[in-house]
Amino acid sequence: MTRKPFILRNPSILIVLAVLALFTVAVTALSAAYGTGAIPTSMVKVLGKTLCLALAAVAMDLVWGYLGILSLGQMAFFALGGYMIGQWLMYARTEAIVAASMAGNPIPPTPQELQEGVANQIFGVVGSADLPLVWSFAHSLPLQLILVVAVPGLLALVFGWLAFRSRVNGVYLSILTQAMTLALALWLFQNDSGFRGNNGLSGLQNIPGLDGIDQATLSVWFLWASAAALGLAYVLAAWVVSGKFGSVIRAIRDDETRVRFLGYPVEGFKLAVFTLAAMLTAVAGALYYPQAGIINPAELMPIASIYLAVWVAIGGRGRLYGAIIGAVVVSLLSSWFTGGRAPAIHLPGYTVNWVDWWQVALGLGFVLVTLFAPKGIAGLFDRLSPPRRVPAPEPQAKEAQA
Amino acid sequence: MIRPLIALVLTLCLALPASANPALEAVIADNLDQIQKPSRKTVEPLVAEIAATGPEGLALLSAWAGRALGVTDDGRLLIVDGDSARDAVTGAAVPDADPKMLRPNSGVRSVIESALVAGEISSPDPARRAAALASIARDGTAGHLAALRAAPPEADPALAAQRERATNLLAIRFDPDPAARVAAIEGMAGDVGLDFRAALNPLLAVTRVASPTEPKANIARELTIGGDFPREAAIALLTANGTLQPRLTPADQRNALAANIVDGAVAGIPVAELDDPAARDRAYEALEAAGAVPPAATDAEAEAALAANRFFETYAEADRAVTDAARAAQTRAQVRLAAMTGIDLGLDALSLASIYFLAAIGLAITFGVMRVINMAHGEFIMMGAYTGYVTQTLIANRTLSLVVALPLAFAVTFAAGVLLYRLVIRHLANRPLETLLATFGVSIALQQLAKNIFGTQARPLTAPAWLEGSITVNDVISISSIRVAIFVLALLFLGLFLFIMKRTRLGLEVRAVTQNPGMSASMGINPDRIAMMTFGLGSGIAGIAGVAIGLFAQVTSELGQQYIVQSFMTVVVGGVGNIWGTLAGAALIGGLSKVIEFFNPSNTLAAQTFMILFIVIFIQFRPRGIIPQRGRAAEA
Amino acid sequence: MSALLEVDGISVSFDGFRAINNLSFNIGEAELRAVIGPNGAGKTTFMDIVTGKTRPDAGDVTFGTPPKSLLRMNEAQIAREGIGRKFQRPTVFEDQTVADNLTMALKAKRSPFAVLGWRPSAESQARVAELASEVGLASQIARKAGELSHGQKQWLEIGMLLAQEPRLLLVDEPAAGMTLAEREQTTALLVRLAESRAVVVVEHDMDFVRRLNCKVTVLHQGAVLAEGSLDHVTRNPDVIEVYLGR
Repeated sequence: MTRKPFILRNPSILIVLAVLALFTVAVTALSAAYGTGAIPTSMVKVLGKTLCLALAAVAMDLVWGYLGILSLGQMAFFALGGYMIGQWLMYARTEAIVAASMAGNPIPPTPQELQEGVANQIFGVVGSADLPLVWSFAHSLPLQLILVVAVPGLLALVFGWLAFRSRVNGVYLSILTQAMTLALALWLFQNDSGFRGNNGLSGLQNIPGLDGIDQATLSVWFLWASAAALGLAYVLAAWVVSGKFGSVIRAIRDDETRVRFLGYPVEGFKLAVFTLAAMLTAVAGALYYPQAGIINPAELMPIASIYLAVWVAIGGRGRLYGAIIGAVVVSLLSSWFTGGRAPAIHLPGYTVNWVDWWQVALGLGFVLVTLFAPKGIAGLFDRLSPPRRVPAPEPQAKEAQA
Repeated sequence: MIRPLIALVLTLCLALPASANPALEAVIADNLDQIQKPSRKTVEPLVAEIAATGPEGLALLSAWAGRALGVTDDGRLLIVDGDSARDAVTGAAVPDADPKMLRPNSGVRSVIESALVAGEISSPDPARRAAALASIARDGTAGHLAALRAAPPEADPALAAQRERATNLLAIRFDPDPAARVAAIEGMAGDVGLDFRAALNPLLAVTRVASPTEPKANIARELTIGGDFPREAAIALLTANGTLQPRLTPADQRNALAANIVDGAVAGIPVAELDDPAARDRAYEALEAAGAVPPAATDAEAEAALAANRFFETYAEADRAVTDAARAAQTRAQVRLAAMTGIDLGLDALSLASIYFLAAIGLAITFGVMRVINMAHGEFIMMGAYTGYVTQTLIANRTLSLVVALPLAFAVTFAAGVLLYRLVIRHLANRPLETLLATFGVSIALQQLAKNIFGTQARPLTAPAWLEGSITVNDVISISSIRVAIFVLALLFLGLFLFIMKRTRLGLEVRAVTQNPGMSASMGINPDRIAMMTFGLGSGIAGIAGVAIGLFAQVTSELGQQYIVQSFMTVVVGGVGNIWGTLAGAALIGGLSKVIEFFNPSNTLAAQTFMILFIVIFIQFRPRGIIPQRGRAAEA
Repeated sequence: MSALLEVDGISVSFDGFRAINNLSFNIGEAELRAVIGPNGAGKTTFMDIVTGKTRPDAGDVTFGTPPKSLLRMNEAQIAREGIGRKFQRPTVFEDQTVADNLTMALKAKRSPFAVLGWRPSAESQARVAELASEVGLASQIARKAGELSHGQKQWLEIGMLLAQEPRLLLVDEPAAGMTLAEREQTTALLVRLAESRAVVVVEHDMDFVRRLNCKVTVLHQGAVLAEGSLDHVTRNPDVIEVYLGR
């Protein structure tokens, strides 16, 4: 008796991967760098960023839809991932610029002079000329790549350990995650935090060592990288929630106390999922911000994390593809409506400008979804298709009875 | 400045009827020479004589000191005021005068000013004596000290105290006798006034000196390298007094090397190798040996100089007894100051706590009764503030508009709360996380709506005049009236809330529903109605908090957002379902914010960060807040 | 016979109310015991203490051979030591299938990483099927637990407890809301279970307790009032007074 590989037991995974591949190939074929140019480079970047947001939404769904923790701090991990990669991007690029400008000097610069020059360039804007301690590894891409997952993972681990240990749950926990995010944002807003205060890190769209490659090409590369990350993370997340582990975390979501009496260390499970989600989110952030070009502390104000929750709720939580649908649909709609391209509605005596009214519509729409479609868009699929029996356990039962 | 005093004297004198003053005339006639060429040493009796002749004499003196006195060719003295001039003796206007202006030196002027002040402080008019004292307190001189001491006893007790204080302060600064200065310092020890501290500071000012032997000066302490006296500071001191050659900075070194490149090498070392600090040092030493660059201090030289010298802090004030007394007085002042700063901090914390309390109380009520976090609570605060603003645009009288705005804000937000409850919250019963998100949707919609209606710029909500200004106890302790008013408002709401909960039918039913909704329903209480009422009540209080906050903060669509997180913290820290918990939470958060801010005043962002970290840790030890809900209901 | 569970002089107060007052209790391996007592006697609090939900103010609770104190352990650790608890209200995971519920309860490593690596084996599937048929749910194995009837949920929960293979089973009012036939089935099951493990049944219903035909402990005001056979304790004048009132 062999079990089918779990991917085959979950046809939705194959569908998602196929759609993702199709989408990426199609965008590439229409891009300016590799295809017809029907999709401008800025749009390719928007689509690439949207895939990163979808990845963050998948992680959010793991934490909220499956584990039942409404974390209002996911964007903190997202931004931390961005900051970690941004450190290297900014340092390496500034180093190249400073080295080029110092090459004109009669005497070649010492490593220390070079570093001072870089520090001056980066931190002059916040009135400092020293490289803060948190930039100790900024010169090295491999180290910063490790930090991309290590720093948010460690934060999630420490915060989660403290919060879960004292059995904070429900709205209390949500508020606490929100507070954590706010604390981090406020800390980053300071000029002496070592992250350039509210200036944030900028110029991230220029990849050091790839100076000869134009943004049109880079945008497609990042689209592929984002799609690959989303695909891998989706498979990973689906694998995690498929087996007994998935059973246990959904059980924790529904009745934590009962799971404890079954002998499962609930805190350990929560910590594992929370940390994994934080790391996935950080990877999403590390891919997002080079496409956005700039990151600043405003990105991790609590409201951003709540939006993430909104996307997942609208898409349908407890279903990984629901998270993707929610993130893609709502974020693309948002950028369309707030980008000023949506046609205004002319009423007698008043013109509805979507730039002004989109937020109102989104807010109210969100209330309506919560009230009338608690399972989100993905829940509508369930209504359309006939209810399917859960296929997996049935053969077991027959075999056992045979 | 003495000018206001002179101006005062001038005005007072000008008001007098012009009349001849024979005594003054005689003095002037006798001493015209000395008036024209006065000497610091001899002018004093003359000034006293003039002052004794009455108001005209005083007017003349102030004009003299103010360089507004001229002498005509025929020996008459004229007081010049802009283009007009008048006779100093008769007061009669003198048209077309072209006097030679007198320019007494500063020594003479200080003698004159002292005499004037002496005249003023013995003036029969208390207002003029007070003005004179105030003027001395602003800008006292050694001359004033003598004048104050010589003045007749002061009858008015308040003025006497002021005069005593001014005398002491001047004595600390100017008395030639060290014993008298020590006595003055000790007489004022414990005072925390800014003026006293300002008088002490110059006495205790120190300069750092480096010297192989103990210098002949009033030494405050000997410094040892390390701690607050780093090695660099010691080297800088030695460099400054010429003991040590200036140390070579990397930039100087680089420039010196760059100036000595010969055939692509410096002192035989190829330029390409000079990206190594060690190679640069070698090149520089070679240049130094060749005499091409000035010698720079080496580490060994610096070390030797440091070992050979001792470092001292010396007082500019030479007298040891004075500095000792001043230090002791300063210490006492600092201790008392710390206590008073503590009180001031307490007042600040109290007012902040009142604001958090007002902002959080509504949240606590709804959370306690329904286990529902209303994310739109901040927007209700904002609605209250905008209601206040709109009321103010309609009613010009600020007091009246405030009186109207408070109940109106309550009504508006009560209605909004009831509406929110009916339309959204009751359909999400027992789904707290969904409620949180749905109310968040309402929150962003309301925020954008406010932006669409009122624009993005801040709207003023101005307090009535009687609420402006502040209550000042002394230089340290003061609190603005608005904050006092908010504190009173918070107390009122605490009282009102307690009254509703403990003395009314509604309160009884609310408590019943909080403790056991099922049982309450079976006893004929309609939990739905109770929930609606409490939600409305909580929202209404948010509206009132909004008006209060709007009085001192800018009214923008983001007003609520600034308070919502702190409000959540207050509820979480305090514990739900108990007004005292909210109060304790608000007090803790308000107090702690102020304390953290006090230790790190330049950085409110860091203060908030630490605040939140504290709360996360606090929750570890009291997961259910300071005052937890009790009984089996809490277990659910 | 040494005791499997030994509760020694425990006390606990809530807000000044003494819920448990110097209570001592023993149960050996393979023993069936009924705990009865009026409302507020401390039955549920007693179970909360044994399972780690509530910490006593004084006293000690030891379990197993050699005896280990349970006071330092949390709920999950105690459950892993081999104490299973059935709640009054059936608590199964309604969103998951009967098979999933049972699989989760199967005795296996409980750490997150062990669970992540766990894959169903022929053995585990057979065990799930066996348990399902033992509690009469063989035909319902692929259904969601939420779709089951109240009685079926009770049975599923019992099945989950069996899957845990506990050495001590604490059962809180198993007969509540059951039909007469279901009660008989339950009685038979409990008696059978007690052949291989210790079972503590907390129950109000005297008829049910009589059918269990085992030693009875009567709790009153947080302490043991009487202990012995049902006939023995029902003759005890203290018990009569407590039950029949003053």
